[in-house]
Amino acid sequence: MEVLNEYGQILLILAIIFGLFMAWGVGANDVANAMGTSVGSGAITVRQAIVIAMIFEFAGAYLAGGEVTATIRKGIIDPLSLQGTPEYLVYGMLSALLAAGTWLLVASIVGWPVSTTHSIVGAIVGFAAVAISVDAVNWSKVSTIAASWIVSPVLAASISYMLFKSVQKLILDTDSPFENAKRYVPIYMFMVGFMITMVTLIKGLKHVFKDIGFSLSYFEMSMVAALAGLAVAIIGSLLLTRVKRNKAIEEQDRYANVEKVFAVLMVFTACAMAFAHGSNDVANAVGPMAAAVATIKSGAVTAKSSMPTWILLVGGIGIVVGLVTYGYKVMATIGTKITELTPSRGFAATLGASATVVLASGIGLPISTTHTLVGAVLGVGLARGLAAINSTYAL
Amino acid sequence: MASPILSLFGQSPIKPLQKHMHTVVQCVEELIPYFQAVIKEDWAAVEAAYNSISDFEGQADDQKRDIRLHLPKSLFMPINRSDLIHLLSKQDKVCNTAKDIAGLILGRKQVVPKKIASDMSAYVKSAVAVAIEAKVVIDELDELIGSGFGGREIDRINKCITKLDKAEHKNDKRQIILRTKLHEIEADLPPIDAMFLYKTIEAIGNLADRAQSAGEQIQIIIAR
Repeated sequence: MEVLNEYGQILLILAIIFGLFMAWGVGANDVANAMGTSVGSGAITVRQAIVIAMIFEFAGAYLAGGEVTATIRKGIIDPLSLQGTPEYLVYGMLSALLAAGTWLLVASIVGWPVSTTHSIVGAIVGFAAVAISVDAVNWSKVSTIAASWIVSPVLAASISYMLFKSVQKLILDTDSPFENAKRYVPIYMFMVGFMITMVTLIKGLKHVFKDIGFSLSYFEMSMVAALAGLAVAIIGSLLLTRVKRNKAIEEQDRYANVEKVFAVLMVFTACAMAFAHGSNDVANAVGPMAAAVATIKSGAVTAKSSMPTWILLVGGIGIVVGLVTYGYKVMATIGTKITELTPSRGFAATLGASATVVLASGIGLPISTTHTLVGAVLGVGLARGLAAINSTYAL
Repeated sequence: MASPILSLFGQSPIKPLQKHMHTVVQCVEELIPYFQAVIKEDWAAVEAAYNSISDFEGQADDQKRDIRLHLPKSLFMPINRSDLIHLLSKQDKVCNTAKDIAGLILGRKQVVPKKIASDMSAYVKSAVAVAIEAKVVIDELDELIGSGFGGREIDRINKCITKLDKAEHKNDKRQIILRTKLHEIEADLPPIDAMFLYKTIEAIGNLADRAQSAGEQIQIIIAR
């Protein structure tokens, strides 16, 4: 207790620095992977990906990131076990941030495909089990989280499999794929808009609404989300009218013009992916930092503490800095190398993954965006959509 | 700068496979100027054509080796790996046969009798046509994957295969005509010449058969 009073300021600064470090790691590593399928399919440029990531990572973190942040902050460790020694939580969260951040740094230098989510959850479980006691870990929650790491790639694979099969049936395997692409792609855009709005309404704005004494039933929320989806689809349709069919390029590849339509859709799914990633992975840096800050400020481990907005801002800044200083390099490599991934495939994989991640964010489960995306890509592969997947890497 | 997403995507063998087939057809097409030179008995030109056939055959061999090297067991593809390797070796056999034919004639400077010269060159052209039709089928392979093995694309491939079969059938007919004409004059030819001509005719027929079989391998790929 005295430690917190005496060194509170220093600990607070350390928490921010370590939180920034971890957020930098997420931005350097994870964002590039999350945007990888969008950039890799050639639908958006690296620059566009960075802009989309900056806006939608923030939006995702702010509007739908609360549940996962709460899980990381207070779901893994039993707060009762720290009643008498709140400083342990501060030390532990700081160590977890530093350890996971360092591990991510080493891994990205050596080139290991590690997950930021797995690292931070592991670090928190590790400090709680060793420094406090094994019973301090909320094992049932941890096993739910671990189970979600297995379920999420499988779920993403199933969704992207079905998405790609629907693309095949409605668009690719028809007499006029280009016209059908223009007709059906707005439906997928609607799905993107609906999904993001729905999650935002259910999870993000719930507390805002509660404050002003305003509430919506699920039916009303889905109506609002449908309207938002419709708006997205209309904007998308307007963009699609600009895509003109160029018969000359069809001699080389009959699907070249169809892919141009999907490239427009890919911009929307890239936004969804950045939103999903923000809603889930920003918590990896922000959650421990918020837990430490709240404890320092109140001097006690409180189960109910609201998260100050500025912490989210710190997380957002860290991610953008990570993206700009290191992540863009990874993105640039991805952008030039995946020739096998066309927008029609990239879209199915990205939307499958982002739907899964957004769903997990809603339930408050921290999952690995990258692993989910790998699962989604495999789903497209199972639908015979991709020419070559390195299965040793995937499994 | 590793990225799991990036490493997830392997190199597709489809384009290289199609390129290999293009080289094979280039090789086979050289048989037309080759036989023109043989008929004219311009042996310098024959040798030049032989060299270019041999060059293309060597190129195809290199491409084949390269594709095999880049086809690790871990590659997860929409096409059965062994079917793909089978297709590759079938393609390769087509240009090996072309080289054999060219070598057979150049080795003993085999003259084609004037009476069958025009039929011989028509026969060679019809065999080359089979190889070209086979290439058209192989060229559909990337579109087959592009469509995600769509039914319409499969129909299109089946149409191409029908054309391929027709070309092969034409080649068979030409072979019968050529054999009959050779039979009529064989008594006047030195016996060994006659035998070699029969052998050449057979080898050209084999080339067409192998080209057809390479193209039809696609049906096996679709069937799975």
